[in-house]
Amino acid sequence: MANMAQAIRMALHYGEEQLGVREIFGEDVGAPLGGVFTVTQGLKNAWNSPLDERGIVGAALGLAWAGYRPVAEIQFVDYIFNTIDLLKLCGNSLWCSGGKFPAPMVIMTPTGSGIHGSIYHSHSFDSIASKIHGMKVVCPSTPLDAYGLMISAIKDDNPVLYLKPKALLRTKGAELIPGEPSDEKALREMIDAPIGDRSKWKPRWPNLEEYEIPLGKAKIAKEGSEATIVAHGRMAPICLQVAQEMRENGQGDVEVLDLRSLIPYDWSAITQSIRKTGRVIFINEETEISNFGEHLFRRVIDEMFYELAVRPRILCGKAVPGIGLSPVLEYASVPQKVDVENAVQELLAEAA
Amino acid sequence: MTKKATSDNVKPMTEALYHKVEPQLLQKMHETMIRARLLEERLIKMSKGGEGFFWIGGPGEEAFNVPLGLLVKKGQGLDHDYLHLHYRSSSIMMAMGAQPIDTIRQMRTAATDPYSRGRNFVNHYAIPEWNVMPVSPTIETQYSTCIGTGIAQARHGGDGLTIVNGGDAGSAEGDFHSCLVWANRPALPLPILIIVVNNGFGISTPAREQHGEENISDWAKAFKGMPHKTINGNDPLESWFAIQEAMKYIRRERRPYLLEALTSRLNGHSSSSGANRVDEPDCITLFEEKLVKFNIMKKAQTEAVWDKIRKEIDDAYAQVKTEPFPEADDIWNGVFADGLDDSYPKKGGS
Repeated sequence: MANMAQAIRMALHYGEEQLGVREIFGEDVGAPLGGVFTVTQGLKNAWNSPLDERGIVGAALGLAWAGYRPVAEIQFVDYIFNTIDLLKLCGNSLWCSGGKFPAPMVIMTPTGSGIHGSIYHSHSFDSIASKIHGMKVVCPSTPLDAYGLMISAIKDDNPVLYLKPKALLRTKGAELIPGEPSDEKALREMIDAPIGDRSKWKPRWPNLEEYEIPLGKAKIAKEGSEATIVAHGRMAPICLQVAQEMRENGQGDVEVLDLRSLIPYDWSAITQSIRKTGRVIFINEETEISNFGEHLFRRVIDEMFYELAVRPRILCGKAVPGIGLSPVLEYASVPQKVDVENAVQELLAEAA
Repeated sequence: MTKKATSDNVKPMTEALYHKVEPQLLQKMHETMIRARLLEERLIKMSKGGEGFFWIGGPGEEAFNVPLGLLVKKGQGLDHDYLHLHYRSSSIMMAMGAQPIDTIRQMRTAATDPYSRGRNFVNHYAIPEWNVMPVSPTIETQYSTCIGTGIAQARHGGDGLTIVNGGDAGSAEGDFHSCLVWANRPALPLPILIIVVNNGFGISTPAREQHGEENISDWAKAFKGMPHKTINGNDPLESWFAIQEAMKYIRRERRPYLLEALTSRLNGHSSSSGANRVDEPDCITLFEEKLVKFNIMKKAQTEAVWDKIRKEIDDAYAQVKTEPFPEADDIWNGVFADGLDDSYPKKGGS
């Protein structure tokens, strides 16, 4: 099975072969490195840009205006903050021009914690991204979703911020990507660049097929009837594991909804699940004040107050300026598996 | 920093230079400069009279911007020139053939405003058919977005180029330097005409207090072989030939050129500082003096142009006053290209 980095790479390859993506660029995106997480290795249209995030976003927007469908990378989401007004320009291009200037483009960037990345390689950007109205925001949690979301993001006529959970980029999925060889080793030999001299290396791409995950559609990662977890990105597999273990241990039947898209988000899927269970917790790794989950939480209170069995919950990062390098500090800042277990058990335990 | 062009230090163009171009071109420049000026004066009046809100524009830049607009290879797509402009570019638009009435519509925030449907400040153009990219109220981001069309045109070949303009104050922003670095990448040099219109001020702050560069165009010296020039942007002929030379180089060499134009700023920064006329050299007055002196136009002829254009602007203004404002529900149009799902939150709270 492909890992998430390979899955995104294959989607980008599909994009440059089938969807007209002619420019894939960013810091260290081209040869020889092919991206700090290897996401762009071997792509024929990938190239290295200057170390200049504002230039990268500006170039992508200009290319989008010229009718291209560029894919640009910000090496870590922690470095995206100095591009905010350019991202805003991407989001408002269509609206400010009275509908005349769509901006079909993808900005992809690794997000979140989990690789001992310390203060400037652990940030999440969800709520800030969600404030750039006019820009869609996606965040996969499995390689297959990562593949399908990238293809949809490329085809979309809006700017899409594609958040790659960096802790998941090396994780493998349970499902094959359409066209992917079933032998993992064979895939590695085909599309992973060798260590050392790569100057003569060329990838051999599998015969990939189109596969779309519609933007704005959540996925029920596990069905359940007693409580709903709404999660995305890095927290989704942790929540799924907790829910599966709880079911096996007879501790409760919890539904896990993997949002996949933050903007637009699948309100219909959220409401349907909550109507079934009456209990909900929003779980993500971004800090509190103000957290994207807090918006969903507020909307549930507004629109579903009388359908809730117990008060809704949120589990998220602590509102401190950074994520410390020491594992003790990181684990104290970002929700861990044990925190998810405790929070979900508490949600189930409260008397209706 | 180089002193701005004033009556005292503007080098008089020789009569021979004025006879190097067709008299019809000079007359066209003259008429377009007046159209842009009277348009701006109307916009200022509207701002002061409560028939619009904030005004910002380009009175004093006509002698540089009109030749620029006339020299643009106008059209849509990679074979034509792309423009990434700032908000002092009305003269460029008039020279390209935009109608004053449309700018007046934007000033009045009319629903008929073709550039933003009543959403943006005046002089914020967005014309896909002419490759005029959306003008943003930010003063620097155009120097970043121009990289993108520059890349597209570098890949495409042909002779289309990308034009970006901004002010002296904006050149302090990182985007200006991003533009210089990206346009000069050895891996892919970009066909961009990088323009800085130096009017000597950033709102109220004199450039001479903030900029230690002798000329802003000197930034080009950091890049081997990058041509650059600082010109008197208060003279349309000096501007015409300088822009023509720069464009010729870029169209042929597919490499960037940095052009700095020294101009006046005749009505201050914007309506925020009153937009009153200030005592700086007026490029139209200077131009008319030469047109008469060199026997290209008679004084009465120049005066007749003012009368003709004044009526044109007055008629446009009268028309716009009859046009509707946007509907409130229009805020939901253009959030996303594919519209909004029924579940998109639209209440603005609970």
